[in-house]
Amino acid sequence: MKRLLTLCVCFLIAVTLIGCSKGNQNEIRIGINYELSGGVATYGQSSVEGIEMAIEEINNAGGINGKKIVPIKYDNKSEPAEATTLANKLITQDKVVAILGPATSGSFKAEIPVANANKIPVASGSATADDVTVTSDGKVQEYAFRVCFNDSFQGTVMANFAADNLSAKKAVIIMDSSSDYGKGLAKNFKDNFVKAGGSIVAEEAYVAGDTDFNAILTKIKGLDFDVIYIPGYYNEAGLIIKQARAQGITAPVLGADGFDSPVLLELAGAEALNDIYFTNHYSSLDKDPAVVKFIEDFKAKYNKEPDAFNALGYDLAKFVCDAIARAEKLDGESIKKALEETENFVGVTGTLSVDEYHNPVKSIVVIGLENGVQTSSVKISP
Amino acid sequence: MNKLAEIKGIKKWFALLLTYVIVQLLVSLNIINDYIMATITTICINIILAVSLNLITGFTGQFSLGHAGFMSIGAYTCAIIIMRYPSPLSFIIGLFLGAILAALLGFIVGLPTLRLRGDYLAIATLGMAEIIRFVFLNLDITNGAAGLFVGVQYTNWLWLYVFTAGTVILITNFVNSSHGRACISIREDEIAAEAMGINTTKYKVIAFIIGAFCAGIAGALYASYFYFIKPDLFGFLKSIDILVIVVLGGLGSISGSILAAFLLAIISSLLQSFPEIRMVIYSVLLIVIMLFRPQGIMGSKELSLSAFKSLGSIFERKNGGER
Repeated sequence: MKRLLTLCVCFLIAVTLIGCSKGNQNEIRIGINYELSGGVATYGQSSVEGIEMAIEEINNAGGINGKKIVPIKYDNKSEPAEATTLANKLITQDKVVAILGPATSGSFKAEIPVANANKIPVASGSATADDVTVTSDGKVQEYAFRVCFNDSFQGTVMANFAADNLSAKKAVIIMDSSSDYGKGLAKNFKDNFVKAGGSIVAEEAYVAGDTDFNAILTKIKGLDFDVIYIPGYYNEAGLIIKQARAQGITAPVLGADGFDSPVLLELAGAEALNDIYFTNHYSSLDKDPAVVKFIEDFKAKYNKEPDAFNALGYDLAKFVCDAIARAEKLDGESIKKALEETENFVGVTGTLSVDEYHNPVKSIVVIGLENGVQTSSVKISP
Repeated sequence: MNKLAEIKGIKKWFALLLTYVIVQLLVSLNIINDYIMATITTICINIILAVSLNLITGFTGQFSLGHAGFMSIGAYTCAIIIMRYPSPLSFIIGLFLGAILAALLGFIVGLPTLRLRGDYLAIATLGMAEIIRFVFLNLDITNGAAGLFVGVQYTNWLWLYVFTAGTVILITNFVNSSHGRACISIREDEIAAEAMGINTTKYKVIAFIIGAFCAGIAGALYASYFYFIKPDLFGFLKSIDILVIVVLGGLGSISGSILAAFLLAIISSLLQSFPEIRMVIYSVLLIVIMLFRPQGIMGSKELSLSAFKSLGSIFERKNGGER
C-alpha cells in the first residue's frame, strides 16, 4: 500500500510540473513533432539537431522582431497516430503558431488534417513522397509545406543526368520493390530516361532486408548496358555495389538520397565505391559561403559532419522563421500566407521558392564518389 | 430478489449513460480539448484490444500473438470503404464489415491452429499476423508500404463509447455465461475440461472469433480517427503492446485491462516531453510494476463497487484499531 501511495505521489508531482508550462507575450512558440525514438529515430534526431541549431542562431541574433523563439519538442515514437495526437497537443495546449516535422511522409500526412482544421501551418524537412502536400484528388493541403523536393523529381533529374552527363544509352534498374520510395523513383527514372532517348534493358527487384544479390547480378552481367540505377536505401545498395564490383561489373551506379549515409561506405568498401552518382539535397563539397559556414558551425556545435537531414532541419527552421518574420500577424493564417509567398529563400540545401502546390522549387545536387569519397558535385536547377 | 437485480441493472445502465453524458458535456464545453480527446481515443481503442485479447489469453488461456493482424483487417476494410464513400453510414458499415472479416479470419485460422498449445499456438498466430501484414504490403488497393491516407474522421466520442462499453459488456457477459465458464475451465486444465465433456476446440474457437471481432472494431475506430494507416503499424510489436496491457492489468481481469490501458496511456503522454529518457522510464516502470505485482495490477480479480465497499470496511477497521 505504501509503495502504491509513493507511486501516486510521484505521478501527482509529474502532472503539476508539466501543468506549469504557460506562455507569455514576448515569445513565439513553435512545435517540434519528431521521431526521436522508434524505427526511424535517426531521421528525427538528425533533423532536430539542425532545427535546434537554427533556432539558437535566430535567438542569439535577437529573435524575430524582438521576440524569442521557444521550441516545444515532443517525441512521436515514429508512430503516425502519436504524431496526430501530439499535433493536437501542440496546437490546443501549447498554443504554437507553427509545427515543424515529422520527418517521414506517413507521420507528416497524419498531422495535416489537424493542421487544416486548426489553421496552423505545418512543415516538414524530409517528407518526400509525391502526394504529401496534394490530396489524391488533386487539391492542395492548405496548411502543409515542405522544404525538400519530392521523390519523382529525383528520378527525373537522375535520368537526365545519365543521358546528358554520362551519355548513357542503356540502363539496368535494380529497385527496392518493398518501398514506395523505390517504386516511385524507378518509374520516374524509366519514363524520363526513355524520353531522353535511352532504353531500359532490364528491370530487377529486391526486398529490403535482402543480403545476397548475386543471382540478380549474374543475370544482368551478360547484358549490354551503360549504367545501373538502384533506387533504394544504403543498406542494400551498399551490398549490391560491393557484389557487383566483385563480379567485375564496372558500369557507373546511380542512386538517390537513400545512398546518403556513412553506412554505404562501411558496407561496400572504399575500393568498390568508384563511379557512383546519386542525387541529394545538399553536398558538403559546396563552396557556397552559406554552406561552408553552416558546416563549420555545425562541426563546432556537434563535433561531426552534418548529413542531409541536419541540413534540411536547419533549412526548415529558418524557412518557417523567415515566414513568421514576414507575416502580418502572429497567427496561423498569416504565417501560412507568408509561407506561400516565399520567394528565393536562401538555404543550405539550395535557394527555394514555394510553388502553387506548396512544394519547393529548388536545385538538386548530383554527388559523385571515387574511392568512397565525395569528389564531385553538380548542381542541377529545375 | 428479482426486483433487486432489476434495480441493480437499471443503476448500471444509468451509470453508463451518465458517464457518456458527462464526457460529451465536457467535450462540448471544450474542457476536453482535441488533445485530451485523442488520448481518450487511444485509451478506448486499447481497452477494446486488451479486453478482447484478455478473453483469448487471460480467460481461455490461449497465448495469441496475432491480435494486431485482426486489428489491421478492421482498419484497412473500414479505411478503404470510408475513402470511397465518405459518410457516417459507410463508417458503420465498414466497421462491422471489418469486424466480420476479422472474425471470419479468426475462424479460418483458429480452427486448425487452436489444436496447438502454448508456444506452438503463439508462433502460429504470429505467423498469421505477419502474413496479413505482407498481404497488405503487396496489394494495390492498400497502397502498399506507403500506406493509406484516410483524411476523414468519423470516430467521435459517441461511437467510441458505444463500442468500448459494448465490448466490455459483451465480454463480461460472455465470461459469466456457461460458455465463459467452459473457457475458464480450459485455461485451468484442458484435459480435465475435456473429461467433463467440454468441446475444447469449439470453445477456444468461439473465444478466438469474439476476440478477433472486437479487434476488428478497434482497428476500424483507429483508422477513422488517426487519418493514416500503413502495414508497419500492425506488426509484431503492436501485438506485444496489447499483450503488455493485458499482462500488466492481470490475466483474466477485465477491469485490470481497462485500468492498465489508462495507466499506460497516462504514463506515455506524461513522458512525451522527455524524448531522451522516455522509453527507458517506460520500461523501468513496467519492470517495477511486474516485480511488485507479478500477477498484474488486478491479478485475476475484478474491480467492482462491492470491492470498494470491502476496501472501505478494511479502512474503517484500521481506523478503529488506531483509535
